[in-house]
Amino acid sequence: MCATCGCSDEGSAELTKLEPGGHGHTHEHAAHPHEHEHSHGHAHPHEHGPEHSHSSRMIALEHDVMAKNDGLAQQNRTWLADRAITAVNLMSSPGSGKTTLLERTLRELGDSRAASVIEGDQATLLDAERIRATGRRVVQVNTGTGCHLDAEMVGRSLRQLEPADHSLLFIENVGNLVCPALFDLGERARVVLMSVTEGEDKPLKYPHIFRGSELMLLNKVDLLPHLQFDVARCIQNARQVNPNLKVLQLSATRGDGLAGWLEWLRAL
Amino acid sequence: MHELAITESIVSGVRERVGESRVLRVILEVGKLSQFVPESIKFFFEVCAQGTPLEGAALEFIEVAGRVRCRACAAELELQDWIPLCPCGSAELEVLAGQRLLVKAVEVA
Repeated sequence: MCATCGCSDEGSAELTKLEPGGHGHTHEHAAHPHEHEHSHGHAHPHEHGPEHSHSSRMIALEHDVMAKNDGLAQQNRTWLADRAITAVNLMSSPGSGKTTLLERTLRELGDSRAASVIEGDQATLLDAERIRATGRRVVQVNTGTGCHLDAEMVGRSLRQLEPADHSLLFIENVGNLVCPALFDLGERARVVLMSVTEGEDKPLKYPHIFRGSELMLLNKVDLLPHLQFDVARCIQNARQVNPNLKVLQLSATRGDGLAGWLEWLRAL
Repeated sequence: MHELAITESIVSGVRERVGESRVLRVILEVGKLSQFVPESIKFFFEVCAQGTPLEGAALEFIEVAGRVRCRACAAELELQDWIPLCPCGSAELEVLAGQRLLVKAVEVA
């Protein structure tokens, strides 16, 4: 089909080529040749199949597919800002230690700061139960087949969770280095966590998530003596995709580097 | 995988605009720096469109190259993939185009 004039057929033998910014395109249809006028004043010959319906019409939409999510994310952002709640979207691959880091962080925060958690997983309440054990409020979102949280899920969770004014809100995204990068949730900051058991090249292989984050936490540094992991190279790779990325090294189990992370949270 | 959610929102977005009119064709503009894979959208589209006025509609993709501007030397570059490095050595690039996924237009019966 011709994307400009809307002429069409139902056949499959059709080629369309559109050049960005120009009108140049070619296409092929199956059966009878005809010409018709374009509104911009030139005609070109082409052919249509017998099924072609002259009553069909083109409707220009220019609809940004992410617009709906982005609009809902903006509503979340406003909702959170009205209550002075600071939301952090924590993203990583499965098993990097997001929940362990949250458990430790919530315990370290103690009474100094109210905090709550939205937990995203495809299934189970396991993570929410771990968070609940720390005494904090938590909502678990089970996404089913979904591979990420979106702004609508977070909006609904916020109404259920009712986080306290001036509190910290951690949103633990579904473990995945690809899809969560796409969806604005309305957070103040995005944090990507990776562990030293994952390989230094992850930032190069999954650049979007590292590019969209402002902080990278390099977790499980207590395991470094047992691994061949080049910390400097990993950080270099991460900064290649995001020169402004801040990096903190920590061990959520042993406690290395936690002070820096808590300080970063306080400064948000 | 995120293409499933995205394809659902393509279908619902189109339905919001055209109602119950039968859709023959959907034209999508996909930026090369976006994280969307046309093949994957095609795969999910059949499923998502089933039982809607978009069922059987053809999908067409217009690929848009990534365009970035270097914050260090102000050069504008075209990127086919997200490898952010200006020939001047800087990796601080501002994306000008090629990051979005748009439903450009639909053809209705």
